[in-house]
Amino acid sequence: MKHTIAVMVENKFGVLARVAGLFSARGYNIASLAVSETLDPQISAMTIVVQAEDEKILEQIKKQLNKLIDVITVIDFTKKEHAERELVLVKINYKPANKARIEKLLKKYLGKIIKIGKNTAVIESVGEQEQIKQLLDGLKVFGVKELIRTGKIAIAV
Amino acid sequence: MTGAQIVLECLKKEGVEVMFGYPGGQILPFFDKLYDSDIKFILTRHEQAAAHAADGYARATGKVGVCVATSGPGATNLVTGIATAYMDSIPMVAITGQVKSMLIGNDAFQEADVTGITRPITKHNYLVKDVRDLARIIREAFYIASTGRPGPVLIDLPSDVQMADTEFVWPEEINIRSYQPTYFGHPGQIKKAIRLIKQAKRPLIYAGGGVITSGAHLELKELAEKINAPVTWTLMGIGCFPARHALSLGMLGMHGTAYANHSIMESDLILAVGARFDDRVTGRVDKFAPGAKVIHIDIDPSSISKNIPVAIPIVGDAKNILGQILEELKNPPNTSQWLKQVDAYKKKYPLFYKDKSAAIPPQYVIEQIDQATKGEAIITTEVGQNQMWATQWYKYSHPRTFISSGGLGTMGYGFPAAMGAKLAYPDKIVFDIAGDGSIQMNIQELATCVCNKINVKVAILNNGYLGMVRQWQELFYKRRYSQVCITAPDFVKLADSFGALGILVTKKEDVRPAIEKAIKTDNTVFIDFRVEQEENVFPMVPAGEAINKIIGGLA
Repeated sequence: MKHTIAVMVENKFGVLARVAGLFSARGYNIASLAVSETLDPQISAMTIVVQAEDEKILEQIKKQLNKLIDVITVIDFTKKEHAERELVLVKINYKPANKARIEKLLKKYLGKIIKIGKNTAVIESVGEQEQIKQLLDGLKVFGVKELIRTGKIAIAV
Repeated sequence: MTGAQIVLECLKKEGVEVMFGYPGGQILPFFDKLYDSDIKFILTRHEQAAAHAADGYARATGKVGVCVATSGPGATNLVTGIATAYMDSIPMVAITGQVKSMLIGNDAFQEADVTGITRPITKHNYLVKDVRDLARIIREAFYIASTGRPGPVLIDLPSDVQMADTEFVWPEEINIRSYQPTYFGHPGQIKKAIRLIKQAKRPLIYAGGGVITSGAHLELKELAEKINAPVTWTLMGIGCFPARHALSLGMLGMHGTAYANHSIMESDLILAVGARFDDRVTGRVDKFAPGAKVIHIDIDPSSISKNIPVAIPIVGDAKNILGQILEELKNPPNTSQWLKQVDAYKKKYPLFYKDKSAAIPPQYVIEQIDQATKGEAIITTEVGQNQMWATQWYKYSHPRTFISSGGLGTMGYGFPAAMGAKLAYPDKIVFDIAGDGSIQMNIQELATCVCNKINVKVAILNNGYLGMVRQWQELFYKRRYSQVCITAPDFVKLADSFGALGILVTKKEDVRPAIEKAIKTDNTVFIDFRVEQEENVFPMVPAGEAINKIIGGLA
């Protein structure tokens, strides 16, 4: 099962390596990881989506993260009301003839074309993961050439 | 002041009396200032030994051990020693030279990413980039190393930072917002624990290294006597409870006493204090102590419920929490039936070895060291059979008198650790119980001992094999002895060439006189005991079995 946790850390060099190293050393899986500065430039926020088979492993992940000296707080969003988003960029095959069909789909799943190349278009979409999944499914018929996503970010309500 | 002077000034303020290490190019500015310092410095013959010696000093005293090495190979040679300290939660500060700040990342001569390499084996580490941060970092390093669950902290110090000048400001206060260890147990949890203790019919105390770290041995004894519970301990817990006490069960686990293992399996309440239910203790986890509820006291929340489900977790310092329990616990349970059962186990499954052949039983050597030193020596060990026999046949009465690499199991640990312990307590007898394999891993420290008159005694249980690996090959690999028959130098001549005393013992009747002679000799002594070659450590629980599935060692 996937769990989303937020980790507030000291904004110092090497902290990302400490967190990532903890996961690899103890054999935990990271599904996605996003890091950025917060309002306080001395603190960085990480949103980590972890794959944990059971509650015990999730508990252990949280405890081990808390043990790192540079970790200030660990928030588990599993049972906490929160808002979450992910940004995805998708490059698809593009012909002007398809424009209307594509735009109809984008309207439905909150995406937009941000760049048009010779035979390709880059689409951006921000949303919850289920909505992004549906958009990607809908885009398949045009031919998805490349895909990149930021990983989830989350904030407590 | 220069960075190098600031380091030395900080070490002095932290109360450092002795450090261990080895110089080199990128730590030269430090060593130049050390020339004018009055802090004692022990030049080892290998950086690994410097780390182990600092670790041995820390285990013997409870103070922070300090080791120093240069960049690159100097620092990587410390790695085994740092990992050893990390696994056993030993307070240590390691200072390493680093190439100049501007050269970092350029693959400069003797450059290694030491903070990267040591990240998973330190409690925390620092790369100092600005000399103005140096005093604060050193203060934090000592604080982090010695508080909470202790551990090693490494400070990587580029040579230009050692030379840079700044005003020295000693930070009187430390406040690390993200590091606030819990020291007192939650009162609600204490109450719940007391309720369980009172209901228990077959309580048992399982104590680990945390009891020694927190200095909780007196509270532990008081509680054991108050609730009349037998006490067993882990390898790291040896010395936390007097081995000759009526409630003592000795060490449990893979090579623990059979009666400790049977007792814990039959208990209905395990009071775990500063121990972590390591796999060498629990054996097969799903078969471990099926009828027991567990109260787990530990300062590290991540140790609780990691391996074994826990009924009552109590996070905090063992000494405080045992004190809290003692204060509130009235009307302890009646355990006389249970103690009868435990005593029956003790009678049925005593520790035992065969003493028939002409050769010297290795266990006999340790018994004789125990008797000759009246159980009052500091014992360090290497790793393998020598280590396990040292846990079984020496009767420890005090904390910090058994010094051994528990978690990492580092061969070559005992001899340099003995140096550290002896420097801490020059008036105590310090014995390293060694094997002929392990002792060859840091044997160069004979030079350090003789040069600095660190008179440790090394009892080599010489059986011509890497004994523990041989034992596993005998029992589990059809006696296919692959790369375990090991040759050794003539230890007597070797010791002599370093200026130490070597004694060869081939007969049982010469064992005790050799030990007495070693104790009386004002020098480092190697005793080469030629012991029974294919003796096994029993009792033994094969890896992955329930801990009452014991083989061997029955009288």
